[in-house]
Amino acid sequence: MQTITTLQAVYNSLEHVMDPEIPVLSVLELGMITDVKVDIEGVHIKMIPTFAACPAVDIIKENIKNAVERDLQMPAFVMVDKEVNWNSNRLTNAAKEKLRDFGIAPPARHEGEVSVDLLIKTNCPHCGSENTYLRSPFGSTLCRALHFCRQCGMMFEQFKPLS
Amino acid sequence: MQLQQAIQELITKMADDELVIGHRNSEWTGLGPVMEEDIAFSSMAQDKIGHAWALYRILQESFGGTDPDQFAFLRNARDYRCCHFAEMPIGSYEFSLMRHFLFDHAETVRYQSLSGSSFTPLQHLAGKVKGELKYHTLHADAWIIQLCTAGKDSRRRMQTALDDCFQLAGGIFEPGEGEDLLIAEQIYPGEAALYQQWLNNISPVIEKAGLTLPVLTAPVYGGRKGQHTQYLQQLLEEMGEVFRLDPEATW
Repeated sequence: MQTITTLQAVYNSLEHVMDPEIPVLSVLELGMITDVKVDIEGVHIKMIPTFAACPAVDIIKENIKNAVERDLQMPAFVMVDKEVNWNSNRLTNAAKEKLRDFGIAPPARHEGEVSVDLLIKTNCPHCGSENTYLRSPFGSTLCRALHFCRQCGMMFEQFKPLS
Repeated sequence: MQLQQAIQELITKMADDELVIGHRNSEWTGLGPVMEEDIAFSSMAQDKIGHAWALYRILQESFGGTDPDQFAFLRNARDYRCCHFAEMPIGSYEFSLMRHFLFDHAETVRYQSLSGSSFTPLQHLAGKVKGELKYHTLHADAWIIQLCTAGKDSRRRMQTALDDCFQLAGGIFEPGEGEDLLIAEQIYPGEAALYQQWLNNISPVIEKAGLTLPVLTAPVYGGRKGQHTQYLQQLLEEMGEVFRLDPEATW
């Protein structure tokens, strides 16, 4: 019983660990947490980066460790999970909604493979229009692409779909 | 050659290619012809160097190799296994763009084949990298077609870039010593098979762009055996300059 309570407390704590590059989303909403275990040594958390070369991984690991140790008063060990690869379907629906509110178009759901169409057909997060085009598959961070909305004349970013 | 050694050679050449071309891509930071291209080459540099790091990490963890940073920065030029194509200076924008097109399609083919590898660490990494590479080839294909259909002068320059790149690109597929063993053990299908698949993948884009694919008559080999161009030494000196000031420093 105590373990269940502790696990819940870990997840509560993780809800407040935000992504440094997208500060409206927690590591849980991004689908970055793959496993949580509690034993006599402390809390063991496995996480995965969105993109292999994500430069924020060490900061995120550190933030997770600090938050859990502060909230639970137990040692926390954070490891990168090598068995699981991140893909954009791991984003929760709530996360996609928050992304849109933040001005970033969320990735469309894919069926195992990302087609060019899936990347290109992106609704504007500002006005909702479908009349947009891809400016560049690379944006301000590795996980974002640049689009332009013909309807409202705004540039916007998209969280890239990834298989 | 033992299987273990052959796998290490395969990983080393892949990682060295990624590290060196990643550094070359980063040389466009601040110099791109338009801001989106500046950002694109910078992002691709970040991806490549991240993938190199992940490969060096496999060498460290599966074969008792050295720390990835030390391995990346402190070897002598003759111990690198990158192809000459990756070493060449950035040159003109069209040269860099054409290199990016040819190189990233080659990588895509390689990682796609490795996603079925019998060597689990590579299989796992390949599953991730091949998804990310889609953005690289999408970017390359779009610009190749756009520039080749933007007028006579533009297409002529792209054709020259292709002619300048093609024999060098053939060097990506330089056969290695332990290759038969790697094929037999289903680590990967071998360079000749990758080369064929690469041709199949680039041909439709080349055709759509109205370019003429050169014939591979003299692929530039040597890099996989540690023979390099003068440009590699210069690149290594610049790339490792800060690291060598204090190799023990924590960043």
